[in-house]
Amino acid sequence: MRPVVRLVTALALLLLLPAAAAAKDGRGAALYAANCASCHGLNGQGVATPTPGANGVDGQGPPLRGVGARAADFYLRTGYMPLANPHDQPSRKHVVFTEAEIRALVKSVASFGNGPPIPTPHPGSVSAGQRLFTDHCAGCHQAVAQGGYVTGARVPPLTDATDRQIAEAVRIGPYLMPRFSTKAITPKQLNDIVAYVDYTKHPDDRGGWPIGHLGPWPEGAVTWLLAAAALVAVCTLLGRRLRA
Amino acid sequence: MIRRIVRFLDQRSGTAPLLRKTLRYVFPDHWSFLLGEVALYCFVLLVLTGVYLTFFFDDSVARMTYHGSYAPLDGATMTHAYASVLHISFDVKAGLLIRQTHHWAANVFVAAIVLHLLRIFFTGAFRKPRDLTYLLGLGMLMLALLEGYAGYSLADDLLSGMGLAIGYSVAMSIPFVGANLANLIWDGPFPGSSSFWPRLFIVHVLVLPVLIGGLLAAHLVLVASRHHTQFKRSARESERRVVGIPAFPGQAPRSIGLMLWVFAVLFLLGGLVQINPVWLWGPYHVGDATNGAQPDWYLGWLIGALRLVPGFDLTIGHYTLVPNPFWGGVLFPALVFGVLLVWPWLERRVAGDDAFHNLLERPRDNPWRTAIGVAIVTWVFLIFVSGSADRVDVLFGLDYATQIWVYRVAVWVVPLVALFVTKRVCDELVAGERRD
Amino acid sequence: MTRLKDWVTAGLVLVVGRGGAPKPKQEAPRIVAAGTPDRHAENVVILLFLLATIAGAAFIVVYALDRLSHQTQWLGLAIGAAFALLALASTVIAHRLVVTEEITEDYPEESPAAQDEIEQIVEESGSRFTRKRLVTVAGVGALGTIGAALLAPAASLGPILHTGELYRTPWRRGRRLVDEGGRALTADEIEEGTFYTAYPEGADRELIAAPIVVVRLPLAEIRERKEWAPRGIVAYSKICTHAGCAVALYRKPTFAAVEPRPALVCPCHYSTFDPAAGGAVLFGPAGRPLPQLPLSVDRTGHLRAAGTFSGPVGPSWWGVRMGKARS
Repeated sequence: MRPVVRLVTALALLLLLPAAAAAKDGRGAALYAANCASCHGLNGQGVATPTPGANGVDGQGPPLRGVGARAADFYLRTGYMPLANPHDQPSRKHVVFTEAEIRALVKSVASFGNGPPIPTPHPGSVSAGQRLFTDHCAGCHQAVAQGGYVTGARVPPLTDATDRQIAEAVRIGPYLMPRFSTKAITPKQLNDIVAYVDYTKHPDDRGGWPIGHLGPWPEGAVTWLLAAAALVAVCTLLGRRLRA
Repeated sequence: MIRRIVRFLDQRSGTAPLLRKTLRYVFPDHWSFLLGEVALYCFVLLVLTGVYLTFFFDDSVARMTYHGSYAPLDGATMTHAYASVLHISFDVKAGLLIRQTHHWAANVFVAAIVLHLLRIFFTGAFRKPRDLTYLLGLGMLMLALLEGYAGYSLADDLLSGMGLAIGYSVAMSIPFVGANLANLIWDGPFPGSSSFWPRLFIVHVLVLPVLIGGLLAAHLVLVASRHHTQFKRSARESERRVVGIPAFPGQAPRSIGLMLWVFAVLFLLGGLVQINPVWLWGPYHVGDATNGAQPDWYLGWLIGALRLVPGFDLTIGHYTLVPNPFWGGVLFPALVFGVLLVWPWLERRVAGDDAFHNLLERPRDNPWRTAIGVAIVTWVFLIFVSGSADRVDVLFGLDYATQIWVYRVAVWVVPLVALFVTKRVCDELVAGERRD
Repeated sequence: MTRLKDWVTAGLVLVVGRGGAPKPKQEAPRIVAAGTPDRHAENVVILLFLLATIAGAAFIVVYALDRLSHQTQWLGLAIGAAFALLALASTVIAHRLVVTEEITEDYPEESPAAQDEIEQIVEESGSRFTRKRLVTVAGVGALGTIGAALLAPAASLGPILHTGELYRTPWRRGRRLVDEGGRALTADEIEEGTFYTAYPEGADRELIAAPIVVVRLPLAEIRERKEWAPRGIVAYSKICTHAGCAVALYRKPTFAAVEPRPALVCPCHYSTFDPAAGGAVLFGPAGRPLPQLPLSVDRTGHLRAAGTFSGPVGPSWWGVRMGKARS
């Protein structure tokens, strides 16, 4: 290429890049303003008391200062956020944002103070994870992560949680879940927990149809709706009916 | 050939006349009369598969570190009892099949008894001279509940261990003597001494099976000696004459067929549908718990009751007269069984009827009994369903606390409504028939 | 050779020979009603028996194989099918190959004559007794007491009279808190929003009073027994006072304005306890608050018990409010 063209291209790129970057930042900010600010404040300062918002709902939400890319990544990728009503329980939903939009939003939220980055879990020990999960998690999430109930909230099953989301959730403690810092659960232990949760998605079911891994509840259903029904049918096959 | 066998037997036991009579014993024919047999065959399979399991189970609560075939529990601390169940499930060929068949058989056993009991109650089969037979049957039901609870608790997994703690608390809640009784059974405070597991084991494999077997034998002897009740289908059936199929050749292939069908269903379930995967729950530790813990279905009525009773211990000063679990865990089942036990006498007193009854009534033919029975069943069933309110919250989003309040009212109101509706339906049906 | 031929012929005849009605031995009147043959049903039954044989053999083959995946399922299918096929054959026999007769019989009645005679025998046997009532009472007394005597050793099953053990706990003043791995816990590592399970150092952790749950709350939020909560760290027995399950759930709000307050929850019947208010029951069937363990921080920053629990640990009984928890 001729030197002049090279110079012009370089200059153009130099001028455009910040603009592109600014456009991206601007895009994140724009998305944030449109989807999050009514509850979390334009600068992530939070909205303490219910404040009428543009979407017809009274906005109210915790501050996002210092939550970092980690929290934003978790809440956005699971669809927990945006939350239509601050009084609803956040739950896994279809994610409306595109990948690019999520990145932009995460960057935007991360910019509200120095917060933790997105974690990267590594392979761990399933057996160590079984012990840790039973200790710290099974009370709410059930022995094989099928979820359940705690007074005032539903506890989600972890079948759809990615390794990254599991790691994020343990550190964040989203909604009513307790949080566990590296002091409470070391990085190695976190890897083990992730390994165990992954295991629970396809556990050893050598006994046959696992009927949901929920224990006596579906077992009772099978007893009555399959076995008892079949045997009553057999009885009607073998014995006579009463004709009125 | 047949002659030779029969001659051999009769010469040595003198049973030919009895056998001759037995071969032509009359079985009235209705499909609902086979429900008791379903329970019987479940019991047979329970004993057979149970004996096999005792050849592998270790009833010791000594602790060990697991390094067996199931990798996710490698390094875990557990009792020898739990490890032996893992061993049966993973290392013994056909062990898991037999274990699961055994557990399915227990669940179906109690279901069959309940269906059989409902049939007996709603057709009036418990009336004199079969009230003693009925009592024996109720005894077997109570023992079967205990036996199943003891059986699935033996595995010492997290789920059943939590259930044992609850059982302990229910025992403790008995006024005045609860703690003494619990101390006796567990040999000290929960989780008890090293004697408790051998105790539980012997109760499950010897004491209760022998008791159930004994009651069963007496029950069957009485059924045979009094002959089976029957519906009045034609002019031939009466209080004096029983009409039906002879044991041989007619009834035999039906009964044998039923036994084979029961075995088929139970083995198919035992191989194809996983039940109580204890390796997934992990071993029991006093400080551990899992969400969604439930007892086996036949104790679901008790967990419902325990959850519905509001939070209070009945105290007078420092005396804790009635700890909370008593209402749901002791009084409720005692009431239900109490009513069932005295029912034959109650009905006799109220109806002023002391006669023998060999003919059955259709439910509609005794509207008050049917209505009250439906009310009791509704009451128990609603309490049973309330035990799943947390699952309903998770599945359908209905707030748990609200559900509990609704149930607290509904379990009293709905049975009353059911009582009156049923009485009305019965009356209408009978009136309709009379018109035709 | 001829012998062998005879056996083979006999075998063949048995398998493929035409069946015929068995010849009656004498001309005795029939007891069992006669029925018409049904060769089609017979063929079905033979086929079913054959299939059942194959299924039974399949079970043995599957059993003998090592390292067959889903072996439990194949075994169950094989034996289940074998029984089902036999059951089906039995059903066909019942409906089509044996006669369904309808016969009658008398219902038995009671036997007043025999009852009278029994009563007579018993009464006449007592003809030599002059003071029947006295003898009976004495006899019943003796038998009853012997019965009670035979039952007495049942009391050895456990400390039936000594319920004092129920107040005991392995926690005493100065006992360090350790985690699952036996490592002593420091006050610094206990953070808000997390919950920890701890055990008494050196004690058996399977004792019902051993496991405790530790959480940290802002000191200002603690409403009861502030002296028991150094830096806002509180500890409670992990065993629910309702029915003995481990209180393994901790609910902590992310946004306190709309979410419920921190609580310890039991998964069995959802008894909910307030860690900021001395373990008071917020919801559920528990009749007693969760026993609280006072804590202190020692010179090295480790957490220690500052005494024993505020009340006996575990489910309630008659005397649960009559004594204190003791070490």
